[in-house]
Amino acid sequence: MNLNLPPVNLGSIGAEIILAIAASIILISGVFFPKAKKEIFGIMGLFGIVFAFIYNFYYWGKPAQIVFSGMLIVDKLGIFISSVFLLAAFITILLSFSYLKIEKINHFEYYVLIILSVIGMILMVKSQDLIMLFLGLETLSLSIYVLAGFLRDDPKSNEASLKYFLLGAFSSAFFLYGIALTYGACGTIKLDLIAEQIAQAGLLHDKFMLMGLSLLLVGFAFKVALVPFHMWVPDVYEGAPIPITAFMSVAPKAAGFVALLRVVVFALSEMQMEWGPIFWVLSVLTMTIGNIIAISQTSIIRMLAYSSIAHAGYILIGLTAANEIGNAGVLYYLLAYTFMNLGAFGVVIVIAEKGKGRTNIEDYSGMAGSYPLLAVTMAIFMFSLAGIPPFAGFFGKFYVFSGAIKAGYIWLAIIGVFNSLISVYFYLRVTVMMYMKDPAQEFGPVNFAPGIIIALILTVFFTLEMGIVPSCYIEIAKESIMLLM
Amino acid sequence: MEYAEIPYISIVLFLPLIGMLLLVVLPREEKNLLKWTTLIISLLGFFISLPLYFKFNPQNPDFQFIEHVPWIKAYNISYYVGIDGFSILLVMLTTFLLPISVVACWKDIQDKVKEFMICLLFLEMGMLGVFVSLDLFLFYVFWEVMLIPMYLLIGVWGSPARRVYAAIKFFLFTMFGSLLMLIGIIYLCVVIPDKITFSIPDLYNNVFISLGTQKVLFLAFFIAFAIKVPMFPFHTWLPDAHTEAPTVGSVLLAAVLLKMGTYGFVRFNLPLFPEASQYFALLICILAIIGIIYGALVCIVQVDLKRLVAFSSVSHLGFVMLGLFALNIHGISGGMIQMINHGLSTGALFLIVGMIYERRHTRLISEFGGLSKVMPVFATFFMIVTLSSIGLPGLNGFIGEFLVLVGAFKANYLYAVFAGTGVIFAAVYMLWMFQRVMFGEVTNPKNEKLKDLSIREIGVLLPILLFIVWIGVYPKPFLKKMEPSIIHLLNRVNKESVEKKKQIILVKKEKGYEFESTSR
Repeated sequence: MNLNLPPVNLGSIGAEIILAIAASIILISGVFFPKAKKEIFGIMGLFGIVFAFIYNFYYWGKPAQIVFSGMLIVDKLGIFISSVFLLAAFITILLSFSYLKIEKINHFEYYVLIILSVIGMILMVKSQDLIMLFLGLETLSLSIYVLAGFLRDDPKSNEASLKYFLLGAFSSAFFLYGIALTYGACGTIKLDLIAEQIAQAGLLHDKFMLMGLSLLLVGFAFKVALVPFHMWVPDVYEGAPIPITAFMSVAPKAAGFVALLRVVVFALSEMQMEWGPIFWVLSVLTMTIGNIIAISQTSIIRMLAYSSIAHAGYILIGLTAANEIGNAGVLYYLLAYTFMNLGAFGVVIVIAEKGKGRTNIEDYSGMAGSYPLLAVTMAIFMFSLAGIPPFAGFFGKFYVFSGAIKAGYIWLAIIGVFNSLISVYFYLRVTVMMYMKDPAQEFGPVNFAPGIIIALILTVFFTLEMGIVPSCYIEIAKESIMLLM
Repeated sequence: MEYAEIPYISIVLFLPLIGMLLLVVLPREEKNLLKWTTLIISLLGFFISLPLYFKFNPQNPDFQFIEHVPWIKAYNISYYVGIDGFSILLVMLTTFLLPISVVACWKDIQDKVKEFMICLLFLEMGMLGVFVSLDLFLFYVFWEVMLIPMYLLIGVWGSPARRVYAAIKFFLFTMFGSLLMLIGIIYLCVVIPDKITFSIPDLYNNVFISLGTQKVLFLAFFIAFAIKVPMFPFHTWLPDAHTEAPTVGSVLLAAVLLKMGTYGFVRFNLPLFPEASQYFALLICILAIIGIIYGALVCIVQVDLKRLVAFSSVSHLGFVMLGLFALNIHGISGGMIQMINHGLSTGALFLIVGMIYERRHTRLISEFGGLSKVMPVFATFFMIVTLSSIGLPGLNGFIGEFLVLVGAFKANYLYAVFAGTGVIFAAVYMLWMFQRVMFGEVTNPKNEKLKDLSIREIGVLLPILLFIVWIGVYPKPFLKKMEPSIIHLLNRVNKESVEKKKQIILVKKEKGYEFESTSR
């Protein structure tokens, strides 16, 4: 008997394997050494992430190939963005050490779940097949549902977890239905074959295809929190442990956007006439509503939550443009946003007291007097998020806006810049509090820990470097996008 | 195009950065050490910038001391700096006023000295960067970067009551304009040329823009610069920012920051969009005249000294704008020299107001009276600066306003008629203010024991006064530096040369010509 095994290329999923091994080791050793210091498991996780990162680095130059019977594609785009996830997870774990201790939720499962979610994200962005994409999405989401509820004794955290789970499951259903309809129309769920089918069989105006497309978009819009599918964001972000909020605001968002990029720009590029206007509207709504609601927030976490909605809108501008500059801009923006937003949350963690104390914007008054360096750090992140040069955020915006203008979406870019103007107001308010207001009472001690300090140094460094010498990051982003175009 | 052998511009530009890093490591408690360090760095900056002035070749209308290093290759963005007749004097003004500002705030600033000095140097770098950039992206970066230190100067060290309001208003207003300009820049540099280019000389010479596009782009740039200048309907941030800012902040704001707006017009709007400039010249001249008269009238009714000086800026900058958009050689040279004059005399006025404020902690005109008896030296300085601001012949203000009026008259005599009334109003509000503050009997007992100027304060005002008189008596060396650049600019703007440029570019395109200057 002849058994035909499809060629298995384990090298192409090396990073995932390394992470899975790291997660298993932590899980097993966590069970066997219940009395061990929990930080050790975190450090093991960090090592796993570093190895995976090195592996990615080594894999960067290899030519793109489709592996596992057309399930996965290994190209620069996937490697680039999975490195972003790894960086995000690395910084998140660094931010978590002292926070977990203070909140008394120091369990080793925390690190396992973060790593598992990263595996999900990597599979999601490397997938060449809608089912694979869905599986990645679910792996990612399930880990994050649990992480969001990790503050077991805090009802808000439980609420966050449940809310996220219910709405997430709801959106997954949309997504699956979208896959089913797409399959019905095209007879395939492989992205490259879908592209061929649409071109050959004239599916541009096929109603099943259009419905499939719109349901897929709904699923994605939930994940990356585009208005009007953003309702879960503020509550979930507020309830979840702060490092997880930080993580959620960058990594799954990046995964969602890159998967969306693969689906619409790669597989459905022929249908740009259909999804272009939808993206236009979604992007305008997302930016505007996110920014306007952010103005009235008093809690810094909710403010950052709405700001992250708004940033999703800016990123979507790049996708709408659907040209080389716009798409490379999306990647650049995602990387820049990872650093600046994680950094901003890092400062929030430093300032926060147990049980989400001291997380109002007003609590920051007079911080510059007591902690000048920390205040400068926060100011850098705020200016960067507001898109003021010479920080990373400015160049990200410049990049996506120029993509949009090049593609002829001038009004979209104009709406985008006016939104940046609105956002300047609430980001500046934080600096106003820190520098221009006197503290209501003595500014108490803050929670400086070595992990957080390293994370802040890293994020500040990259926020500055990506703003001042963005050249090499642009090159990487451009190369990553090359195959898609 | 003359490339620099010694990178003077980079040294002048990045010296403040080195100063900032030095200040960061110095201990916070050593206030005098911090101040001395800043002073030495800023003086050093001034002395290093002197060769720029003396080695500047006034016969050459093109950019000089050029440095060109690729920065962001994917976008063809480079670190590209150089100066010409328009920027040389503004660069000098900036480096000249900075040491003066440091000395001026020596006593005033006692709180958070370290941060203040860092902001000051940061601001200097931003301002210089705007004037020397020959790459639009670089220009935009400096243009925006400079908002951060100014915002902090107003918000942290301003007068407590309304400083936050003023700081945010300043930031949002300026940002509003510059974001529209950003769109304009992207369109101009990414979409219009065949190959992306941000280099300003390249855009001057090799890019053809149709009239319709010119108009739209003109407006995009116009709003950014008009807010900064500020021109009449966009001026509302200015009185607040000026009044609330600390003395030194007001000085730099008036003397240099506002010039960034007018400089933007000569650097970008006129040469890049010549036809649109002609199209909009009438509108801008009318707005400028409204600004002149309105600013002056509002000055008359002010009760706060600092607010009065702030509104006088609106009026004076109206003159600058009128001169620039008269689009003839007298008007533009008058506008350019008036920028420097306004920098000197309004800067000095703010310093003087700051000196009284330090003594009395009030700026209300009604609180004063008869100060000339108590402070004779102060009165002398104040008088000279006031007269310079009015435009008395023999002092600098006269040269600028006279040239502007000549230019305006040539463009349309009605401009000169209306703008001329501004000079009269200026005499009214300045002299009336001076009379109420300085002459008469000492009515308020608090004013009886005021100390006259200290040596430090005389040292602050004296160098400014020197230039006020110098420009007033013998402006030729300054005008000569600018003249070739102005003629060159006018050649770009007038109709025949626009046609010629169109032809040349079309021919170049037909021959499959590649853009030249970016390859270096």
